[in-house]
Amino acid sequence: MVIGLDVGSTTIKCVVLDEKDQIVYQTYERHFSQITAKTVEMLQTILKKFPDQREWRLAISGSAGMGMAEYADIQFVQEVYAAKVAAEHNVPGTDCIIELGGEDAKIIFLGGGMEARMNGTCAGGTGAFIDQMATLLDVDTADMNALAEQHERVYTIASRCGVFAKSDIQPLLNQGAKKSDIAASIFYAVVNQTIGGLAQGRPMKGKILYLGGPLTFMPMLRKCFDEVLGVKGICPENSLYYVSLGAAYSAKQVCDLPAAVEKLIGYVSHGEWETLPPLFQNEAEYQAFCERHATADVPRRPLEELMGPVYLGIDAGSTTLKAVVMDQDGAILDSAYLSNAGNPVPVIREFLLALYQKRPDIPIAAACVTGYGEDIIKNAFHVDYGLVETAAHFTAAKRFMPDVEFIVDIGGQDMKCFHVRGGVIDNIYLNEACSSGCGSFLQTFANALNYDVEEFSKLGLYATGAVDLGSRCTVFMNSSVKQAQKDGATTGDISAGLSVSIVKNAIYKVIRPSSLEDLGKKIVVQGGTFLNDAVLRAFERELGVEVVRPAIAGLMGAYGCALYAQSMAAPGQKSTLLSCADLEQFTHTVRSVTCGLCENRCRLTVNTFGDGAKYIGGNRCERPVTKKEVSDELNIYRFKQDYMRSLRPVPGMRKERIGIPLGLNMWEMAPFWYAFFTELGFEVVLSSMSTRATFIKGQATIPSDTVCFPAKLLHGHVEELMDAGVDAIYYPCMSFNFDEHLGDNHYNCPVVAYYPETIAANVAMRNGVTLINDYAGPHKRHDFPEKMTQILQNYFSGITRGAVKRAAEKAYEARDAYLAAVRQKGDEIIQHARSAGKRIVCLAGRPYHADPEINHGIDLLMTSLGLAVISEDCLSAKVEKFPVHVLNQWTYHARLYAAAKYVGTQKDMELVQLISFGCGLDAITSDECRAIVERAGKIYTQIKIDEITNLGTVKVRLRSLLTALEQQERQLGRAAGDA
Amino acid sequence: MAELKYDKNGRLLFTKEMKKEYTVLVPDMLPIHFNIMRNIFVNEGYKVALLDNAGERVKQLGLKYTHNDICYPALLVTGQFLDALTSGQWDPHKVALIIMQTGGGCRASNYIHIIRKALARAGFDYVPVISFNLSFTETNPGFHLTMPIIRRMLAGVIYGDMIMLLSNQTRPYELEPGKTDQLVRLWIDNISKQFGQSKGYSLAEMRENFKNIIRSFASVPRSREKKVRVGVVGEIYVKYASFANNGLEKFLADQGCEVMVPGLLGFLMFKVDARIQDFLIYGGSRVKYTLAKKLLNYLEKIEQVFMESVDKFSDFLQLSAYQETKEPMKGLIGLGNRMGEGWFLPAEMVELIVHGYENIICTQPFGCLPTHICGKGMVHKIKDLYPDANIVPVDYDSGATRVNQENRIKLMLAVAREKLCKA
Repeated sequence: MVIGLDVGSTTIKCVVLDEKDQIVYQTYERHFSQITAKTVEMLQTILKKFPDQREWRLAISGSAGMGMAEYADIQFVQEVYAAKVAAEHNVPGTDCIIELGGEDAKIIFLGGGMEARMNGTCAGGTGAFIDQMATLLDVDTADMNALAEQHERVYTIASRCGVFAKSDIQPLLNQGAKKSDIAASIFYAVVNQTIGGLAQGRPMKGKILYLGGPLTFMPMLRKCFDEVLGVKGICPENSLYYVSLGAAYSAKQVCDLPAAVEKLIGYVSHGEWETLPPLFQNEAEYQAFCERHATADVPRRPLEELMGPVYLGIDAGSTTLKAVVMDQDGAILDSAYLSNAGNPVPVIREFLLALYQKRPDIPIAAACVTGYGEDIIKNAFHVDYGLVETAAHFTAAKRFMPDVEFIVDIGGQDMKCFHVRGGVIDNIYLNEACSSGCGSFLQTFANALNYDVEEFSKLGLYATGAVDLGSRCTVFMNSSVKQAQKDGATTGDISAGLSVSIVKNAIYKVIRPSSLEDLGKKIVVQGGTFLNDAVLRAFERELGVEVVRPAIAGLMGAYGCALYAQSMAAPGQKSTLLSCADLEQFTHTVRSVTCGLCENRCRLTVNTFGDGAKYIGGNRCERPVTKKEVSDELNIYRFKQDYMRSLRPVPGMRKERIGIPLGLNMWEMAPFWYAFFTELGFEVVLSSMSTRATFIKGQATIPSDTVCFPAKLLHGHVEELMDAGVDAIYYPCMSFNFDEHLGDNHYNCPVVAYYPETIAANVAMRNGVTLINDYAGPHKRHDFPEKMTQILQNYFSGITRGAVKRAAEKAYEARDAYLAAVRQKGDEIIQHARSAGKRIVCLAGRPYHADPEINHGIDLLMTSLGLAVISEDCLSAKVEKFPVHVLNQWTYHARLYAAAKYVGTQKDMELVQLISFGCGLDAITSDECRAIVERAGKIYTQIKIDEITNLGTVKVRLRSLLTALEQQERQLGRAAGDA
Repeated sequence: MAELKYDKNGRLLFTKEMKKEYTVLVPDMLPIHFNIMRNIFVNEGYKVALLDNAGERVKQLGLKYTHNDICYPALLVTGQFLDALTSGQWDPHKVALIIMQTGGGCRASNYIHIIRKALARAGFDYVPVISFNLSFTETNPGFHLTMPIIRRMLAGVIYGDMIMLLSNQTRPYELEPGKTDQLVRLWIDNISKQFGQSKGYSLAEMRENFKNIIRSFASVPRSREKKVRVGVVGEIYVKYASFANNGLEKFLADQGCEVMVPGLLGFLMFKVDARIQDFLIYGGSRVKYTLAKKLLNYLEKIEQVFMESVDKFSDFLQLSAYQETKEPMKGLIGLGNRMGEGWFLPAEMVELIVHGYENIICTQPFGCLPTHICGKGMVHKIKDLYPDANIVPVDYDSGATRVNQENRIKLMLAVAREKLCKA
């Protein structure tokens, strides 16, 4: 008989075949990281079941089985290969296999040159991802399928990794979107991720097999794949067991099974991993630690004894809701720490009703709310004040340490850290789309290993073999854990390792201090995650500082709100909060509509409450709320978009139409090429502004899933131009940009320079379109006409040197005119803003950040906050070349440094830098820009952007910046008043 | 004690006194080549030590003192330096660091600044960092790349390439284990000694040495078994440095493969050629063009001697001459693609495929900018053109685990083995 074992990241699957390849036994179990023990147990069961069987063949497959197989000298079959073998055996003629597993996603092409693709080092969209999302929706995966079947509409959810998706889903939940719609959206996100990340240009068609847990158990997920691929795929019998079947079919070696089992029992750990010293040496050390932290507490008083007015603080966080009822001395009378279960509104209502029940006469003087759900809660319950999260945390922290210098808050899924300088919030660090390592991460891990989070973290307190997991994103962490499990690490070792990695993530990934001393000695840590002693200990040890952790670490946001409410309330004030009677009558309905006020077509969720109060979510600008036109006057991004729109096709003497994809450097070069080809007599068609649809249209041909989002968008633009029926698409490679004499050289970045090569090698041209991507060098003005003539003569007849020369002149003029227009508009904005007393923000990035799908409307958010928006190219020409501490050899980057320098000289200007996720060069520019701005005594703000469409964190950042600036001014004013 | 001197921009210089007193630390990328080259500098009166420190501490130091999104090679090299400076093995006041700066539009040309920033953060701002470059972007009074040194280094590259080529085809098949590596060590010593006597770097001497080297490897008794042949290409640092690629070559050897890693000379020629191509594509200064052309011609001459020798004295396989690799790039990628590994990366893949190494691992640091295009971006088209190609791109970085990387490679090998059995 033959045994095939598939040892995966979360489960073990096993089949036993007789000599006719018939399945005589099969089993499927979660291993909870007890891989070896579970395997041995399974094999022993088989031995008992078939006591008379003498001759066995055995093969192991699956990523977690590799080490074990090696150790016990058992044949190992790579799992994708095993799936292929099984498919060929059971479903001959299969063209393509899609297999989703616990943490892997695979596509295997069988017909016409076998190819297999697995998710790389950065990818979500797998079973674990779906599990995570189900947790977020507070349902199990079976319910999720049922929910998805009832969906009415689909939202856009970034699928690349769980963290991205979470930050898309959370606001949807907070805005009241329906769970059924979200469930379906998650499935579509998985489909898009699989196709976008793995297909890499190869079409999936013909006979398609669906394998693995998620596709087996969720028919709706299969349906989504069917729909997007336009096929009818098959989920074969035993679809869970294909890898183990493949292993069994491939098993060649005869194996002495009892001996192999004996040997496996001895396989505890032959692997090694980097270990960290234990968090605590002994119980006494832990006791002392606990006693020290117990001193940071606030008094609690029973609600019944309450005399004077009370203040209510609510922190509607991403996964949890916190509320505090405080008396006028700052003592806590009542508090709550609740899961928001996907919708914060009913949870708050319950809390308030319970409060009124306890004390019907409760004299609430003022209430304040902060957090993700601030807007909806404020509207729903008529809360008096809203406060940005950072300010709430700072207010609370001051209560415990009046001279606090640094505050770290690690919550469920977000992390907020900031400096306090001179009593003002300075330098905020938020975990952007990428970093994980927050509380919910620890929770998910604990649950996956069948523990609750408290139990799980306690296991790590004295672990002697704590696994060093580094400081990277969840997906990486998962595989590091997988590796450690494979090597035999205990759950305690892993728990301790995860706690340390959360801390390292916070310090080295989010805060990234130039030295640890930078953080100061007066540190307050808060957020639910720090209630975990292992995390707290790891943090203190990493910094070498004893920090203050208030006993109410999890409630600090809410407590800060209560304190703020107290500070704002006039004597004798009565809160506008809904009364008990109102709450009993309270209703909440949600309707989703598509906003038609501009071409962004935002999907809005309209929340209506019993008393007629309304709250609209999902909007990028204030128009659907205020119904007022937002003025584009003070927004250079709008100006740039309009400029590109003004480059309309003009029928010329020639019959050919040339398409130009509006992406990457074309955002600045389009006027140049438009004038050039128009002058030559071509009709020039620019692709339209990017939308989500642009990305979806092109995603199947993206070969590298880690390239920046602006580059990925190009694929869609090229597709659009082919549909538009142009004759040729002009998208040249350009190693060099123009020399603006701000740096030591004038390169384009490798992606901008050569992305046309990626397009040529991966996007199939159709409709008879020719792609012209020859290397062009407009930076060599003298040689350009000659070189360009040679290129064009390869594609078109009747191109003369003289005509090209004339066209080139026009092109250079058009480029100069565009740059001059941007600068002039910039100056106008500055002037207008100054006369209107508005703050000016230089939203600095690259030219292509003007693309509305790339900047996600951050410019509009800024203008709606009353800011005037200019860009780096408005300012860079105002500065002479100056030395920087990096190699300054890219034209676009030189502008960033110059703009940063200029902003430093202007009192009413701030720098906000846009960073594309995956842009390796911004690792260099952001550090340098920060240094330049900070040297001038300014606050540096960075916003990381990707596919992600959630503006929540951006808003927090901007509001915090504004709050900090106001504080700063107030203090300066006070200082001036004193003098 | 050497005095610390700075240039007008405040850059710490490596002075003549330092040359006498300081040890220059060099991160090892390719053991064979770098060992030969170290000896060239030792013969010139420098104190040189190769850094082969590896392990988690090095990675952690790198993570701690560089931006986490910076390329993996920069992170590792920074970590290696800081680990060495804090190891107690050297007096930090008596060492200088050296780093290769290729120039060009890839962010790799920023490594030196990243390292300087990291040193300053870690309190080692008194340690000079020497830029090793051929474009003279930074100069130091105590460090000069003289013509004789450059010639010797080129010779060192060639000998390194030769020993690497031969040993890679000998080691997997040797009947007496260890024989190949014994020869490798012997030849490194032999060549270094010759350099010490100012010998071994004229074309005639190379020809003679090549003959002897080739014959010695050819005479190692080898088995005739068929092994899976794997080519390794990619970003230069992770391709070569075993610390960066988690011991890739050793892993492949353990999996029973024969490995072909293209040599360093081709990459150098590609870098020189980039200047020529820039001129041809965009126009500009003819002087630089002529200079580059001369240098390339010289390299081609060496290459020719190299290739003739291998063909004449053995039946070892070798890839085509540099210039011949351009033709198959027509319709695949432009010769103007010159950042990072540029067009030469797909050219190497095609070379490997047509020479029977159709199983290819394309290595790159996670998020490496040029290889998005010239590496991963080209795989699809290459497979279209060469249906037998079996290419797996593998990303390396501090967070990527070996188990995932090896799993991907094992899949590629499973496909390769199936083909080998059918053949």
